[in-house]
Amino acid sequence: MSGKDMQDSFNRWQELVNKTLSRFPEQKERYAFDSGACVERLYTPLDAPDFDYEQDLGYPGQYPFTRGVQPTMYRGKHWTMRMYAGFATAAESNKRYKYLIEQGSMGLSVAFDLPTQMGYDSDDPISMGEVGKVGVAIDSLADMEILFGGIPLDKVSTSMTINAPAPVLLAMYIAVAEKQGVPADKLNGTIQNDILKEYIARGTYIFPVKPSMRLITNIFEYCSKHVPRWNTISISGYHIREAGSTAVQEVAFTLADGIAYVQAAIDAGQSIDDFAPRLSFFFNAHNNLLEEVSKYRAARRLWAKIMKERFGAKDPKSWQLKFHTQTAGCTLTAQQPDNNIVRVAIQTLAAVLGGTQSLHTNSRDEALALPTEESVMIALRTQQIVANESGVADSVDPLAGSYYIESLTTSIENEAAKLIARIDDLGGAPAAIEKGFIQQEIMDAAYKYQKDIEDGGKIIVGLNKYQIKEEPPKGLLRVDPAVENAQKERIARLKEKRDNALVGETLKNLEKACKSNENVMPYILEAVKAYATLGEICNIMRGVFGEYKQNVII
Amino acid sequence: MRPIRILVAKPGLDGHDRGAKVLARAFRDAGMEVIYTGLRQTPEMIAAAAIQEDVDVVAMSILSGAHMHLLPRVVRLLKDEGVYDDILVLGGGVIPKEDIPLLKEAGIQEIFTPGATTAEVIEYIQNNLKRALG
Repeated sequence: MSGKDMQDSFNRWQELVNKTLSRFPEQKERYAFDSGACVERLYTPLDAPDFDYEQDLGYPGQYPFTRGVQPTMYRGKHWTMRMYAGFATAAESNKRYKYLIEQGSMGLSVAFDLPTQMGYDSDDPISMGEVGKVGVAIDSLADMEILFGGIPLDKVSTSMTINAPAPVLLAMYIAVAEKQGVPADKLNGTIQNDILKEYIARGTYIFPVKPSMRLITNIFEYCSKHVPRWNTISISGYHIREAGSTAVQEVAFTLADGIAYVQAAIDAGQSIDDFAPRLSFFFNAHNNLLEEVSKYRAARRLWAKIMKERFGAKDPKSWQLKFHTQTAGCTLTAQQPDNNIVRVAIQTLAAVLGGTQSLHTNSRDEALALPTEESVMIALRTQQIVANESGVADSVDPLAGSYYIESLTTSIENEAAKLIARIDDLGGAPAAIEKGFIQQEIMDAAYKYQKDIEDGGKIIVGLNKYQIKEEPPKGLLRVDPAVENAQKERIARLKEKRDNALVGETLKNLEKACKSNENVMPYILEAVKAYATLGEICNIMRGVFGEYKQNVII
Repeated sequence: MRPIRILVAKPGLDGHDRGAKVLARAFRDAGMEVIYTGLRQTPEMIAAAAIQEDVDVVAMSILSGAHMHLLPRVVRLLKDEGVYDDILVLGGGVIPKEDIPLLKEAGIQEIFTPGATTAEVIEYIQNNLKRALG
């Protein structure tokens, strides 16, 4: 059928629609995504007039990777079911990891408490009240040895949500492995190591932009030589979305951050195909199923083009956007919390239909407290049901070719590319952050989202519709406040036991390295092995690098 | 009548500031004068800012679980400085139900948990100010 014939038949259908509407109006006058962009009533071939299969989609495992990064996707192996966990002490968290492995979890994902994420020891006055709360408290290699006790580090892959102090925690991991007899080149895992999104959305920054970018590129370089299977960064849109961004903004700001890291490494003299294959990404899975599926596909295609065309990467592995997904914490309601199981199931489908490499599913009780073991099990089972019972993992990229999906994939890619161009005009992601552009864009979207809920334009079941009277939930997880004192005592004992002269010497060497142009990783590793604490190491770096000052935007 | 002056604060190390910022903007849209502290505020910093800015309300948002430690401390400091009787102190975030009576006993007048609307919070503030806006 010619384009004109198609348009004619579409127009005839439109007349039928108009007749129907005059008698049966639609529920809403306008259907829209959270961004405000219009959702059409129907998508047809007219929405993708220049669609070219080979060029726009290609095959899974081939450029531009719209359909996935591997040729067989989940038929070869399911995505890694990776549950983010960690609380209280290293011993307590170690028990939870062993439980998760027993339940079929395939990779560990370590949550650190806030003092650890900001490079403070548990006995620092600023840590008071926060020790062990949102993750495990790690003060030194001694804690890390307990955290991974009895877990063979050559058999598991470990993801660590650590950013500003990432080089220190990575060094601790390498040191623990060494004690287990596992060489660094056998280690699999990921560190988040994405400082730009900390400035934008997550808040656990320590150092200013420039030294932070240096630490990141130091890790790229060190790992490409010594820990070749390690994913050196997880460039994260997750927290940008949680802070209130739209799907398009999530793609745009994440890839803009990615561009900044690639550029920084190139500027530091590294060759793109040496480090780019170890870059990985981390996205959110929100409720709008088909928009999310399109988002992942758009991100893959856009990144492939950026790496190939903008940076001239030659290795196909450098073109591939591999990503971890977490279901959207911000969509969970404190009201009727069991409903969250259903939301998480929909979000799981989105991630899987979008071709994720690994997935964390949130627990139903996370709007109320840290999840209980029972809730975590339901969340893990949700993934296992989607993997084994739903059939969606049996064929690669099964939604491809849907007029809606392809049109949406293209529009998200185009809109994100426009936003990236604006960021380029501002001087790249670090400059756009400094000017507050990215934060302001997210804030505007977050405010609109809240207003949409409050004026009833957006319905959240149990929150602004279908409410019931309910009893407060029982059996929530609470972290024992004694954890803080126990950690403090452990540090005190450690400082008595260790060779303090050696600690002082390694810290002095680190300080010198920080002031020079040398890669700091080997020096951090030496300090860690001497049982210098995380706080001691970060304080040395604070002394040389200074601290980041937040640009407050509302 | 002068506008309500409100300090929106993020106590502790928690970086989840979406709620605090959305509320700050809603307060501003409702005609209030808003001072937002940004992240990583100690109780001492919050109390000092409240006094320096001469606010009618201190609204603190916390999702990290450290609320029992940090919120009552702010109240204590405001009492020590003799300004607590002028300032309405509010809290919000992921706060378990059973902690709410304890926080109220400690002098935080109201706690708002996930699902509370900006309209609800604004109305509460307008009806519960401690000192006149004369």
